[in-house]
Amino acid sequence: MNPPLLTIRDLRKSFGKTEVLKSVDLDVGRGEVVAVIGPSGSGKTTLLRCINFLEAYDGGSIRIDDSEVGYNDARKRRGERALARMRAETGMVFQSFNLFPHLTAAGNIMLGLTKVRRKSRSEARDIAKVWLERVGLGHKADALPSELSGGQQQRVGIARAVAMEPKILLLDEITSALDPELVGEVLEVVRGLAAEGMTMLMVTHEIAFARDASSRLVFMADGAVAAEGPPADLIASAEANPRLNSFLARFRASNF
Amino acid sequence: MLDAMIYALPFLLEGLWITVVVSILTVSISLVAGLALGCALVYGPLPLRLLVRIFSDTIRGIPILVLIFFVYYGFPAIGIDFDSFWAAVTALTLFKTAQVIEYVRGAVASIPRGQSEAAMAIGLTFSERLVSVIFPQALRRFLPPWINGVTDAVKGSALVSLLGVTDLMYAINQVIGRTYEAMPLYVLGAVIYFVINFSLSTLSRRLERRFSFVQA
Repeated sequence: MNPPLLTIRDLRKSFGKTEVLKSVDLDVGRGEVVAVIGPSGSGKTTLLRCINFLEAYDGGSIRIDDSEVGYNDARKRRGERALARMRAETGMVFQSFNLFPHLTAAGNIMLGLTKVRRKSRSEARDIAKVWLERVGLGHKADALPSELSGGQQQRVGIARAVAMEPKILLLDEITSALDPELVGEVLEVVRGLAAEGMTMLMVTHEIAFARDASSRLVFMADGAVAAEGPPADLIASAEANPRLNSFLARFRASNF
Repeated sequence: MLDAMIYALPFLLEGLWITVVVSILTVSISLVAGLALGCALVYGPLPLRLLVRIFSDTIRGIPILVLIFFVYYGFPAIGIDFDSFWAAVTALTLFKTAQVIEYVRGAVASIPRGQSEAAMAIGLTFSERLVSVIFPQALRRFLPPWINGVTDAVKGSALVSLLGVTDLMYAINQVIGRTYEAMPLYVLGAVIYFVINFSLSTLSRRLERRFSFVQA
């Protein structure tokens, strides 16, 4: 069996006195789509932010392709350039899009391609066009973010991340800031990427989507993984796990 | 009245030249120093941040006129000798630098944290993030107050006349000393200052429009 792409062991992270991640263990295999669910404050977003080292973690280890994220073997923080190169291998899509407002849709995608991947401008522009086409925004290449709807902005955000050809894509509640009628178009893009074998780790409140689109469901509570398994199994076993059961109850009541 | 103006004009133009030189020196040196120190204030290590903070607060807390005399009479006492021209330029530049530091800090601080994080996430290094993401956005916040500050520098340069530097203001007073016709000359001087500053603020409005990429 292949070793997993992402291996997290005993990951710990505190903000001041608050222990956000107590001890997280998680593996993500190549091509796997893993959805992390759980009540707010359970550490889901912090977990994602540690994986591409937007947050430095306090203890334990995160390894991608057998190299430690953020620290060298002597557990010293890596240098700026090494960190940057490492982050380029993990794509991240943010809850609040975080598009660069001074660049067009194509420009947002091209920035990393030219600066980090050292592509020529015309090559980068071609790649940007391809990805914009893929997310259904081929006609918006020259639009500024302020001229796009939330759903369109988030699709550019996804295109910006995947155009870098990362080993793993991290999705941080990417539909939470969207109007309900715009959620579908974004999830459709994610579904397409999953079908193509993109490795993804997503934090989401869209339980139905997580159930349908992921190969594994991870339930986090109190800074640790409380339960995980194939979506159908995990949901079926919820009866045995009171915390998971009460978390899912809210969704059962609404649209499950 | 017209005669007096025509008689005065060559003298005034000489003075104007000094005013322009003082302004350009003040504005350009303070821009470079202010950008560097402003970045140090936002991104530097704590001791450096503290030093810049103390510098900026001290300078901004002193009236510019006091600063000019302080540099002119005070610096020679600690072994730095100036002629009046460089004493004036130094004082004006110190004052302006403190302002530029604050403009830079404000402009950079106004860029949401998510912008840095998005730039990090695609693998940009610290300097690449500044150059490609933070500065282009900060520029449009920096520009309007800075250009206002340029007009202030032109107006403020009139204070160098108090050290006997023959700038536009000093030239006006010299001519008045000869002709005893104050009004026409002050009117003419005001018009010259106004033309310079009005051009600058027109330019500023144009630049603002050019850089307003977000219709927020």
